[in-house]
Amino acid sequence: MRKVSLTCICCPLGCPLEVTLEEGKDPVVRGHTCPKGHEYGRTEVTVPTRTLTTVLPVPGGDPAMVPVKTAAPIPKEAILPAMEALKGVTLTPPVALGQVVVRDIAGTGVDLISTREIPVK
Amino acid sequence: MNQPELVIIGGGPAGLAAAIAARKAGVEDLLVLEREDHLGGILNQCIHNGFGLHTFGEELTGPEYAARYMARARELDIPCYTGATVLDLGRDKTITALSPDRGLFQLKPRAVILAMGCRERPRGALNIPGFRPAGVYTAGTAQRLVNLEGKMPGRRVVILGSGDIGLIMARRMTLEGAKVEAVAELLPYSGGLQRNIVQCLQDFGIPLLLSHTVVEVHGQRRVTGVTLAQVENGRPIPGTEQYYPCDTLLLSCGLLPENELSRQAGVELSPVTGGPVVSEELETSIPGVFAAGNVLHVHDLVDFVSQEATAAGENAAAYLRGEAPAGEALPIQTGAGVRYTVPAALDKGRTGPVTLRFRVDRPYKKKAVVLTAEGQPVLRRVRPVLAPGEMETLTLTPAQAAACRKAETLTLSLEEVSP
Repeated sequence: MRKVSLTCICCPLGCPLEVTLEEGKDPVVRGHTCPKGHEYGRTEVTVPTRTLTTVLPVPGGDPAMVPVKTAAPIPKEAILPAMEALKGVTLTPPVALGQVVVRDIAGTGVDLISTREIPVK
Repeated sequence: MNQPELVIIGGGPAGLAAAIAARKAGVEDLLVLEREDHLGGILNQCIHNGFGLHTFGEELTGPEYAARYMARARELDIPCYTGATVLDLGRDKTITALSPDRGLFQLKPRAVILAMGCRERPRGALNIPGFRPAGVYTAGTAQRLVNLEGKMPGRRVVILGSGDIGLIMARRMTLEGAKVEAVAELLPYSGGLQRNIVQCLQDFGIPLLLSHTVVEVHGQRRVTGVTLAQVENGRPIPGTEQYYPCDTLLLSCGLLPENELSRQAGVELSPVTGGPVVSEELETSIPGVFAAGNVLHVHDLVDFVSQEATAAGENAAAYLRGEAPAGEALPIQTGAGVRYTVPAALDKGRTGPVTLRFRVDRPYKKKAVVLTAEGQPVLRRVRPVLAPGEMETLTLTPAQAAACRKAETLTLSLEEVSP
C-alpha cells in the first residue's frame, strides 16, 4: 500500500488530496470536495498526463520560431524525452496553423502540431 | 479612409475584441494601431495552453486564441496598421503616431479605445541592492527571447516572484535545458494559479520558497549568484541568508497597466489599479475615450479581457451613434476586503445587467461577497475561497441592477458567513 499526497489543481481551492494505492484495487481518494477533484486524484496517481508546448525554429519564417503543442496530452514522463527528440529539428516556412510538424513524438503515438501560422518572410 | 471615426490603440486581445465588436455594432471607419509587427499582443509569446476555456470551451494556446480573433478581424475587413507606435494622445483625441511605412501621421477620431495592455514591474521599482550585472531580466522579456526569438537568456536561473509568468518561465527554461534553482516569493502565498505551481514547479522538482526575497545580486559583468533570505513583516531575517550560484535572475513581480498615453491625454487614473477610472460604459474621464483589458486593470484570464473589450467596442459604437447613456454616476464604494471594482461606478440612466469585476486584498476562506444599496443587501454570494491573484466577477441581473441604480450609495464588501 502506498499513499500519495497531492494538491488538487481543478480550482483555486487547491484541496489537499491523499490517494491510497493498493495492488489490484482502485485508488482511494480522500480530501477532495467535488467530483472533479476525485477524478484528478485518481488519474494523477495512475496515468498523469500533460500537454507539452514548446517552439521550433523556422529559418526564413516571419517570425522565425513556431509555437507547437502535442495534439493530445502525453504521459508526464514522456515530456523530457519528447524535448530531447526535438533537439535539432527545424522546419521550413510556410507552416500552417494545426499542421503536423512531428509524427508520433517520442513513441507516445501523439503528433506534435503547429499553433501558429508562419508565412515566408 | 483618412479620418477614422474610431481608433483602437493596441492590437492585442483587448484591441482585437473591441474592434470586432465595434464593427459588428455598425462602426464603418475604424482603425487598429499596433506597435509590434504582428497582431496578437502578448498572446504570441504565451505558447502554453489554458486559454479560452470560458470563450471557446476548449484549452487553446495563446497564439491559437489570438488567431481566432485575427481571423474574425480579417473577415470583417478591419484595417490594422502594424509597426505603428502612438507617440501622443491629446485631450481632444488627436493621435500622433509613427510607422516605418507611413512616417509621422496624425488622426483625429471621434472616439478612442485604449487597449495598450500592461508592463512588468521592472528591477528599478523593486529596490534590489547590489551591482547591475547582465543576466537580470523580467520573466516576460525572457519569455519573449525564448519563445519568439529562440534565444536562451541563461543556464542556471533563480526566479523572484511567483506570479504566473514566473512559474510558466520556470518550466519553459527547464524544458529548454536550464536549471532553475528556486522560485522566491516575498509574500507568504503565491500569486500564481495552483495549476501552475503543480505543473510548472512540482513536476520538475523546483522549490517554491515563500516569504523569501533577493537580498543581494552578485557579479559585476554578469550575474554569478544571488543571496536569498527569509522575510518577516517585509524585512529580511538576519541569519537566514542563503547563497544560490546562478547566471540569471528572472523577475516576476507584478504587472502595471501601461498608461503613459492616457496620462498625456489627461485621463483620470486610479491609484489602486493604475488604470483609468471608468464609468459603467468603460468610458474614461474624457468623453469618447474608452478603456478595456490590461490597460484598465490587470487580468488573469484573457477570456475576461475579450469580454470586457467587447463591451467597450459596443459602447464606443453607441457613443458614435450619439446615444447618450450617461445619466448620473453612482460610485461603488469598496468595503472590507475589496481593493477595487471595475467599473468604479454605475450609470443611473442605464438599464440592463451589470458585470462587476473586483479583487480582494488578501486570501480568504469562506466569505460572502455582498453588494449593499443604502445598507440593504442586493446580492450576496458565498465564495469558498478568494485570492488576490484571482479576479472575481459578480453579475447583476437587470432587476438587481435596477435596484442598485435607484440607490444613493452602493458598497461592495466581504462579510463573515455564519456557520
